Amino acid sequence: MSNSIVKFKPLNIGRILVWGFFALVLLLAPLLFTSSLSHTMLSQMGIFIIICLSYNILLGQGGMLSFGHAVYSGLGAFMAIHTLNMISSGTLPLPVSLVPIVGGLAGLVFAAIFGSVTVKKAGTPFAMITLGIGELIWAMSLMFPGFFGGEGGVSGNRVTGSSPFGITFGPQIQLYYLIALYTFVCTALMFALTRTPLGRMLNAVRDNPERVEFVGYDTQRVRYIAFMIAGFFAGIGGALAALNFEIVTSENVSGPRSGVFLLFTFLGGATFFFGAIIGGILSVLAFVLFSELTKAWLLYLGLLFLFMVMYAPGGFASLIMMNLRVVSYGKFKPLIGKYCVLFVSGVVALLGLAAMVEMIYHMQLNQALGEGLTFLNIGLNVKSAASWGGAVAVMLVGSLIFEFTRRKFAVQWSTIQEFIENEIKRKESL
Amino acid sequence: MGHLRAPFFLLNIDMEFFTNSLLNGISYGLLLFMLSSGLTLIFSMMGVLNFAHASFYMLGAFFAYTITQFLGFWVALFIAPLVVGIVGAGFERYFLRKVHPFGHVPELLITFGLAFILLELVQLVWGRASLDYRIPAALDGPLFTLFGTQFPKYRAFMMFVALMMLLSIWLLLTRTRIGLVIQAALTHPETAQALGHNVPRVFMLVFGGGAALAGLAGVIGGNAFVTEPGMAATVGSIIFVVVVVGGLGSLGGALLASLLIGVVQTFAVGIDASLVGAAASLGVAVTSSTFGYELLSLKVSQVAPIMPYLFMVLILIFRPKGLLGTREG
Amino acid sequence: MKFALKAVTASVVLLTSGLVFAQAAKPAAKPAAAAAPTVAAAPSETKGQTVKIAMIEGLSGAFANVGQNQLKSYQFVAERLAGAKNPAGVNFEFVAFDNKGSPQEALNQLKAAIDQGFRYVTQGNSSAVAGALSDAISKHNERNPGKEVVYLNYAAVDPALTNERCSFWHFRLDADTSMKMEALTSFVKDEAKVKSVYLINQNYAHGQQVAKYFKEGIARKRPDVKIVGEDLHPIAQVKDFSPYVAKIKAAGADAIVTGNWGTDMTLLVKALNDAGMKLPLYAYYAGVSGTPTALAQGKDMNVSQVAISHSNFTGELRQLRNDFKTKFNDDYYTFQTYLAVSMLAQGVANAKSIDPVKVAFAMEDMTFKGISGEAKMRKSDHQLQQHIYISKWTKATAKDPYSEENTGFNFAVVKALEPYVSSTPTSCQMKRPS
Repeated sequence: MSNSIVKFKPLNIGRILVWGFFALVLLLAPLLFTSSLSHTMLSQMGIFIIICLSYNILLGQGGMLSFGHAVYSGLGAFMAIHTLNMISSGTLPLPVSLVPIVGGLAGLVFAAIFGSVTVKKAGTPFAMITLGIGELIWAMSLMFPGFFGGEGGVSGNRVTGSSPFGITFGPQIQLYYLIALYTFVCTALMFALTRTPLGRMLNAVRDNPERVEFVGYDTQRVRYIAFMIAGFFAGIGGALAALNFEIVTSENVSGPRSGVFLLFTFLGGATFFFGAIIGGILSVLAFVLFSELTKAWLLYLGLLFLFMVMYAPGGFASLIMMNLRVVSYGKFKPLIGKYCVLFVSGVVALLGLAAMVEMIYHMQLNQALGEGLTFLNIGLNVKSAASWGGAVAVMLVGSLIFEFTRRKFAVQWSTIQEFIENEIKRKESL
Repeated sequence: MGHLRAPFFLLNIDMEFFTNSLLNGISYGLLLFMLSSGLTLIFSMMGVLNFAHASFYMLGAFFAYTITQFLGFWVALFIAPLVVGIVGAGFERYFLRKVHPFGHVPELLITFGLAFILLELVQLVWGRASLDYRIPAALDGPLFTLFGTQFPKYRAFMMFVALMMLLSIWLLLTRTRIGLVIQAALTHPETAQALGHNVPRVFMLVFGGGAALAGLAGVIGGNAFVTEPGMAATVGSIIFVVVVVGGLGSLGGALLASLLIGVVQTFAVGIDASLVGAAASLGVAVTSSTFGYELLSLKVSQVAPIMPYLFMVLILIFRPKGLLGTREG
Repeated sequence: MKFALKAVTASVVLLTSGLVFAQAAKPAAKPAAAAAPTVAAAPSETKGQTVKIAMIEGLSGAFANVGQNQLKSYQFVAERLAGAKNPAGVNFEFVAFDNKGSPQEALNQLKAAIDQGFRYVTQGNSSAVAGALSDAISKHNERNPGKEVVYLNYAAVDPALTNERCSFWHFRLDADTSMKMEALTSFVKDEAKVKSVYLINQNYAHGQQVAKYFKEGIARKRPDVKIVGEDLHPIAQVKDFSPYVAKIKAAGADAIVTGNWGTDMTLLVKALNDAGMKLPLYAYYAGVSGTPTALAQGKDMNVSQVAISHSNFTGELRQLRNDFKTKFNDDYYTFQTYLAVSMLAQGVANAKSIDPVKVAFAMEDMTFKGISGEAKMRKSDHQLQQHIYISKWTKATAKDPYSEENTGFNFAVVKALEPYVSSTPTSCQMKRPS
């Protein structure tokens, strides 16, 4: 008897398209946005995408809220910059393009060391331990100038060592393509992780640790391995940051930096894989562009975060996916009108609020430059009641219309969700 | 003045330094207790670790500054905590309650967002500079002079307020009806609700009460230390350490931990011993070329301000319940 | 249909309120026009041109008020020395870029500034940021000939920036830590009452350098002075300085030297007040936003400051300080802003061009009008050589009525030290472009 096994695996066209599109965007982005600021922003987006994805392994997939993730990306960055200096002095003949791997290994080692004590607990104690370790490392970073370089940090030069194919990484565009390559590979690897048994068990540990123990897996071990993997990728991201800025300071291991990772991974969407990618992109846009637009950007960011936690705890990714689901069931049309009105009234209310905030900031910081300021090409005067009254009126009107439409929207949305749920039940019973 | 010498650790204690440090340590510890009592209360009642607790402290100081401008310090002492308490209760009612069904992580995150927003709002209204919030003239000046160093009246006032706070919380929880309801709602919220008590309202009061305690600490501490928008960040991490070391959910633990941390930190500043010195007294020479010299040459006094974090990590590893804790996470 | 009607009503209401708003708002006030240049002494090549300078500074976050104060200072000085009032006949335009106190963000803003065509950059709060900027600018200038950028450092005092990390494109306007300690130890040399000193500093590069250079200097000039104790505390982490004060008391010091700034300085001063300590305190940054108020809360505090400026200049600078106070209700204390504008103007006049490379070559080894007479930019390391003052916290008098932060006190000169006194050697091996 001949043993012939027929294997048939259909080509996953959707997956090929999505990843192909991702690769294409990475390739073409710097050709569309050509200013030097854009190139550096795109490089930073790549870095933050890797780090936010590594953070999401802990938060979204493992249910582990960590307040000290910057420790691993920062320590990876420090190791990378020291390696770079060793390459410059000739003690280590390593090509610059492999320096991120060194950073990743450093992240892995430190995650192994600190993780052994961190993952003993879950939930709130875990968060507290990560907070404590983060504060410790940050405080120590100012005490050991030999490794951490003190207040001035450690700087290096990426135009060093061998330059294969004439690539020196001097021009920003060359560095961008290196970062893009690492971003693509790391994203693919982290996505692959979610498809492995380890990734699935990590999700199980998040949802029901007791049951995982019954099934025969050690929850602590699963968490520990995930912690180390997250540390590895965070180290790679940190090392790329070291190459990009050519300087690493104690700020790279600080608490606020960890807070940024948390904030934007959550905003992007912790429950979906691509949410962290959105978070990474948003973080760079917020820090570099949004902050130049208005002094109150942190306030708006805080408000956005607050409302996200209350109304959309799955982040932007969940909002996109929910609406895509509605589209796929063909029920999106009635919502379009309401979305438009919500958007316009929301923007109007926001503009009214923003006008008031700008006027208050003007009073505080720029009094000397006179009473007038321009907001969206409209002249305002901080001393005139009309300006204030107008701003308040605009905000009230916008909020009223928003709230009014929102109630109608909520009713329609729940009707559609009911319909979708019934459809799903119906299809299951087929 | 007596001198005690312990040659091995190069400790050089004299009575003046000892008594001054003890007094300073206890008063600093009691201030930490004032700050962390509200946090412990909220956590033990609701299981919510309030990230914005330090922000309520900051709010208390800023409100007190403004009220003092118009109505004087003594009025501010009573009104500012009330206002902060109302802000806290309002936050619980309209925001925190909405995320309660989502679990503990979103609750933590929403208080994190609140901390952010409060900081920005304070900067918007009062500016970014430090404010000239002064100790009232009646409380300014030394209370007594011990061994040549003055002990300020205001520190004694702070200790008094902290002890009063401890006493009143204890009395409230164990001797009043509302306190008993709160304790019941802690362990058996459904039963308490079934018996007809308005448990959500109780939670709102507890959160507001915790915030008011932080606000009171702000009124007292803001003029002793610096009143500026950055004050929340500097104090925030320490109070978490106190609550975790003392035991999540235990008021007695918080008191013990704050005193311990306050006293140890104060004394540690005076100890200039390092591992290099210890090695030298054993006859081992350690020079700057020895591996790890940076670590070995660190003096205890340099490490003093980060000792709380070391404690926290050690406690979490070896005794996660905390010193006197009753519940774990 | 019902929904459409409501939407229409809503839009109408919106529109009307928007129109009311726009109509009622007054147009923005126009800034006062600059005086027209009339002096013929200005070279024709530069007369009337505008030199644009990017100020990459921390304008949000913890030290925003200091950064904002310095931005106003620059803009105020630029207005005062515009056109005919400077030897080059140029106008200066300072535009702010917020680096949020972070070296990495500063590099982003540098890129943004370069993109927008700025060829001059200035910064000063934080030696970490200064180091990052200096390195990045050197690398940029090397990799992009024809687009060079010059960096004017007005307050970052880490000596490394004019020693191991010196760069042709970096010019420092403040005296660095080694120079200030050189001046202070020269002053203490003549103070017979000071026999034992306690050093308390923040445990990072700046604080460690203050301690190191003071010890070196005093050992040379007054070997009989004993250092009875030394403390390096973590920066911005200590809330309660009373244990340190107790230590100082126990050590029996008769003077304290500190490089602390910000909340660390304010809390140290409060703790000294609380304990009733009247020891002389020699400080670096006693005049920065917030500290004068804390000093005033103590009674008869004995505090002296070592700096390139003091409260009681006369003439043009006094007028400038008073006018600044009237306009902004804030103190003008960053005199390096005046130095920067004056130096740049002279450099442009000497080079007869606003091109950064020519101006940089002109500015090194140049003498120009400073705040205490003539100042000279040293060619070997681009460190400005000027007077240093020891000034003491004193009640304002009729002759010197300036009131720092409206406290009724100011820093009155106790000793003025000539530039050669504080001049320190350099190890800089400067690489110049061809």
